[in-house]
Amino acid sequence: MGGRAGDGLVKPTPDGFAPYDAPWHRAALGLTLAAGGLGAWSIDESRAARERLPGYADLSYYEKWLAALADLLVAKGLVGTEELAAGSAAPAPLSPRALAADRVAGVLSRGTPYARPGPAPAFAVGARVRTRAIPGNAFVAGGHTRLPLYAAGKTGRVVLSHGAHVFPDRNGEGLGEAPEPLYTVAFRAADLWDAPEHPGDEVTADLWQSYLEPA
Amino acid sequence: MPHDHSDHDHPHSLLPSDPALRVKALETILTAKGLVDPAAVEAILETYEKKVGPHLGAAVVARAWADRAFRARLLADANAAMAEMGISGRQGEHVVAVENRPGQHNMVVCTLCSCYPWPLLGIPPAWYKSDAYRARAVREPRKVLAEFGVTLPGDTAVRVWDSTAEVRYLVLPERPAGTEGWSEEQLRALVSRDSMIGTGLARTPEAGA
Repeated sequence: MGGRAGDGLVKPTPDGFAPYDAPWHRAALGLTLAAGGLGAWSIDESRAARERLPGYADLSYYEKWLAALADLLVAKGLVGTEELAAGSAAPAPLSPRALAADRVAGVLSRGTPYARPGPAPAFAVGARVRTRAIPGNAFVAGGHTRLPLYAAGKTGRVVLSHGAHVFPDRNGEGLGEAPEPLYTVAFRAADLWDAPEHPGDEVTADLWQSYLEPA
Repeated sequence: MPHDHSDHDHPHSLLPSDPALRVKALETILTAKGLVDPAAVEAILETYEKKVGPHLGAAVVARAWADRAFRARLLADANAAMAEMGISGRQGEHVVAVENRPGQHNMVVCTLCSCYPWPLLGIPPAWYKSDAYRARAVREPRKVLAEFGVTLPGDTAVRVWDSTAEVRYLVLPERPAGTEGWSEEQLRALVSRDSMIGTGLARTPEAGA
């Protein structure tokens, strides 16, 4: 939705820890993170599941999370459709796959790095590159991608080179991590928008090598 | 059944549509099946309600203001500099610190979802996840900044960092004038959450500590 017109004002909130807008948001956040601790899907698969939701644009943020969580649990064979329909399941002991409370601190503070050994970068910092004209998944029709629509078919320059990272277009579709060099590419606002606010402004995006060609 | 196709592709439609009931049903199922430990859910939430939040990012920024060598290390390898302070974790595995300076303002958004440096700033505020911010920050950052009460000098360029991968950005705001000789602890009180996203500036000594 980057660059889309027609949205209203942004509503700042007070400094500090962000409050929940509704009690169920708290439950949705906690449950999604704990279920993610099962290790049954990657962050790319969870984003892909959210983007595949019918009526994506009409769902609120945590509504997307919950719907995608349910879809992933069924897709991975962890929950049956009859259990979803009933809203209950036969009791079982805590699974060894489950994220136990005593592992939470370690798992959260370690995180999950996405850098991988992989091909050497083809573009140097400072290189001019052009993004693919069509911001779609090259492997699965309608599949997950991280090239924003507003940055498709645009020319920019590489400002950072991050080494090889897990490639979401494949990993999000269950096709393996297929690491690729990742770059931060800066675009002039004047090259993205009809009426940029200021000629010196720029937007950057983090883009994988196969989104790019020399310009 | 008219919903056969959508039920097959999108089993979530079998759940109640009211989100409060929906999350309750999922919680009941996952807990019964032993796939989620309710104590783990509570431990995760408490982490981001009480322990991991913008005070950690503020401590990093204050140290960078007070200690020139740390600032250089932070800009060169943010994760290594954070690790010196015991800061690491989920949604902050690959951090890049970007420096505001006269003539250059930085601001962070995730137009595709809501990527945010959790170990430094905690869970993102509602506005960061809103369609309005995600849609507008890249196209009209100055109008968005005005909604946060920030007006930049005309000769200052804005660079908006759209977090489209697993790299997370921390804005290092400019140190306010009149804080020479301040301790790190005093400086921390001037570092707002929004100043580290780039939708705010650090507080002035008069407004802050």
